[in-house]
Amino acid sequence: MAQSRREFIKIGGVGAAAAVAGTGLASQWWGLDPDVVHDPGTDGDKIVPTFCELCFWKCGVLAHVKNGRVTKIVGNPAHPLSNGRLCPRGTGGTGLLYDPDRLKKPLLRRKGNRGDQTFEEVSWETALDFTAEKLLKIQKECGPEKVALFSHGFGGSFFKHLLFAYGSGNVTAPSYGQCRGPREVGFQLTFGSPVGSPETLDVANARVITLIGSHLGENMHNTQVQDFAAAIAKGATVIAVDPRFSTAAGKAKYWLPIKPGTDMALLLAWMHVIINEGLYDREYVETHATGFEELRKHVADKTPEWAFTETTIRPEVIVETARVIAGARPASLIHPGRHTTWYGDDAQRSRAVAILNALVGSWGRRGGIFVPSSMKVPATPVPAYAAKPKTAQDHPNGVAYPFADEVLSHGVCDATIPGRIGGDGCPIKAWIVYGTNLLQALPQRANVLEAIQKLDLLVAIDVLPAEIVGYADVVLPECTYLERWDDIAPVPWREPFLAIRQPVVPPLFDSKPGWWIAKQLANRMNLGQYFPWDDAGAMVEARLAAGGYDVAALKAKGVVRGKPVPTTTEDGLALSFATPSKKIELYSKQMEAAGLPPLPPYTRHEQPASGQFRLLFGRTPVHTFGRTTNNRFLSEVTKDNEVWLNAKIAKERGLANGERVVLVNQDGVRSMPAKLKATQRIRPDCVFVVHGYGHTSEGLKFAKNRGVDDSALVTKVAVDPVAGSTGMSVNFVSVERA
Amino acid sequence: MSVPKKRYAMTVDTRTCVGCKACVLSCKAENDVPDGFCRDWIVEDVRGEFPLLAAEIRSERCNHCSDAPCVKNCPTGASHVNEGGTVLVTHGKCSGCKACIAACPYDARFVNPKGYIDKCTFCLHRVQVGVLPACVTVCPTRTLAFGDLNDPESPVAMNLSSRRWKVNHPESGAQPNLYFLL
Repeated sequence: MAQSRREFIKIGGVGAAAAVAGTGLASQWWGLDPDVVHDPGTDGDKIVPTFCELCFWKCGVLAHVKNGRVTKIVGNPAHPLSNGRLCPRGTGGTGLLYDPDRLKKPLLRRKGNRGDQTFEEVSWETALDFTAEKLLKIQKECGPEKVALFSHGFGGSFFKHLLFAYGSGNVTAPSYGQCRGPREVGFQLTFGSPVGSPETLDVANARVITLIGSHLGENMHNTQVQDFAAAIAKGATVIAVDPRFSTAAGKAKYWLPIKPGTDMALLLAWMHVIINEGLYDREYVETHATGFEELRKHVADKTPEWAFTETTIRPEVIVETARVIAGARPASLIHPGRHTTWYGDDAQRSRAVAILNALVGSWGRRGGIFVPSSMKVPATPVPAYAAKPKTAQDHPNGVAYPFADEVLSHGVCDATIPGRIGGDGCPIKAWIVYGTNLLQALPQRANVLEAIQKLDLLVAIDVLPAEIVGYADVVLPECTYLERWDDIAPVPWREPFLAIRQPVVPPLFDSKPGWWIAKQLANRMNLGQYFPWDDAGAMVEARLAAGGYDVAALKAKGVVRGKPVPTTTEDGLALSFATPSKKIELYSKQMEAAGLPPLPPYTRHEQPASGQFRLLFGRTPVHTFGRTTNNRFLSEVTKDNEVWLNAKIAKERGLANGERVVLVNQDGVRSMPAKLKATQRIRPDCVFVVHGYGHTSEGLKFAKNRGVDDSALVTKVAVDPVAGSTGMSVNFVSVERA
Repeated sequence: MSVPKKRYAMTVDTRTCVGCKACVLSCKAENDVPDGFCRDWIVEDVRGEFPLLAAEIRSERCNHCSDAPCVKNCPTGASHVNEGGTVLVTHGKCSGCKACIAACPYDARFVNPKGYIDKCTFCLHRVQVGVLPACVTVCPTRTLAFGDLNDPESPVAMNLSSRRWKVNHPESGAQPNLYFLL
């Protein structure tokens, strides 16, 4: 290094002299400072590997620490989810760690009402005693199943464990019923397996990538976007079906600006063309699938001409794209999407996507959907749980949605309001809310607020004072992912690997790791035997050692990679399907038996009246919905959201780009004012906003009143009869000048 | 002894760039760029009318021009040409007069509140120890490539010989070294 530094000084001197000669100006009076290459000095004196929690993808990172302060966070080259690279959020972990608005002390609401945001700072002892005492009282008087846990994020594992031990199966996450639930149900029913998270998609090797409302590039799941770019670089064809000219649509050969709510018609018409023209993978379908004949009949009248009248996509475009999709099979991936709770027939639409993938034979094939593998780590021996994991009280009598594999958050919310639910008629009495801002994550806010006011206890465990925290009785401040150990859980992926989360710096303020909080509560509720270790670091090390892993190497590198096993037939994978028939179920006898349409039907959804627009919402690459919008570092590049409205429509209404507008929904709910983006990039019948803005919490000093909160406008939902999830793209708004 | 002169350059693949701004934020972290400023930025260039649209996304920064107007217009010699043609500002020589800001065709420079003109350095402090610039390292889409144009084996040289490309403001005559692959 010393040598190269001398070298540059020499070269630099020559350059500077040349510059001075060129201008004829002398600059000696500015001193004789040599031309230095200034080192910003952000390299750490210590580099600690861990994995990210700015979203839920779990990318490996390296945190640089200098004089006890995290200076920068970079990708861990050894980690297969980051490959040394990060999305914009990953770099922004410091913005979370050093957020001045962090929860610093345990808080107790001693007076006033839920939502007043008036708390008293108390000791951990007081906060934990209070919480445990209340939980024990509910356990004794109403039964443990009257306590529910809402959880989002990796650290929630300790609280899930606590709740099962305590005796409740009401463990839920809005990320299921309000996000990926219908997709998982649709794929489970068809292939016998969901696609999970990270999705088991071989995007990098796909030759045709069909995105239906899935906006990779704005949705910045790191590895998937890496793979998307790799596929594009190799010349993959992108078909983007989206009412909005998304970033992905900008990369697409075919952008199909579909009328919102009609995606099913397009999917059925594509099947029609692919079957009618004999373009499907006959051998694959005959070998691995059942119900093809029924499917053929089902789509016989779903012609491109018919679909045109629904979707506004011209028949010749439907035919051409169907041929492109089938032409690349099996390396033709129809992306299952992630946020799929749109119109209430979402599990059926996900079934249609799954069936289309089956027709082109992409499941278990290179460039399609791979079958993941993962490492094994022995569990810590603990007593059997008091609760069976499926004793949820999320819908009447627990039978309404037989295919929902996880507990439905909005159902738990309903079950908290007396008289809303069947069963024993006794409502849920307490919520423990870990890392999920239910006020923005759940639809129908009035309903959520009503449920909150009925509770005997609301415990919030969080890093930042999101809106939900303001409604808590007791607030337990967790430290960030950079300050704690978490449990170890292998991530199923295209190669087995194991990564650890370990503390980079000690917790700031009086915040504590989730594991410590859960263990302290367990100790106070006679459940200490479920946490038979002193600290999570020791527990993780013991588990790793029991599994035969090199603990020191894992701590030094952050990750260990296993021997790849076949994930596609091209690598030697033998296909098998965990459905009742052991085949891909194009026609679902399971659904038939449950009284549900066994083949995805087309449902015509209500369209907005003239002067109204369908409210669509999505992502910005820089934020993980409302979780990061207070992050000042990330917000340096994306401070607020805008209302996208078709430019021609805006002009007709005399609305100018950049002016302040208010959205008013069908129920008269008015949004806060927001900036209008009058753009050619969206259809005339919908508006679009990025989700997660418009915070109202006093404690979020940066994010408060910044941008517009779409979720406040989601007063209407369409509940999916198959998955039980809430379709939320069924709200219509008018746009008024603010 | 003749060591071939290096000419550092960067290529930006507009086909793969999704405009996520990972480059912008990693640069801010690496270079401790003050709040409210950035050394690189994203341009989303969308043309056409609904539904016939085309988009180009570019990650932009200082072009480290071979005939740099900022260097020519710097009265103190603070703006200078360093290793590999990289244009740098020596903080201690900079009077903050902003002549370079006026001269730059790319609006790549800003006044650092610490009292000097600041901009992209191609992370020369990293390059000199064999590490790629922070933006290139972080880029999840592998849109950015960096290297020596005079080395035909370098990724930038190979990109420019195998792909169609353009530069911003070729009319400035500054001979920019930030190339956009089409």
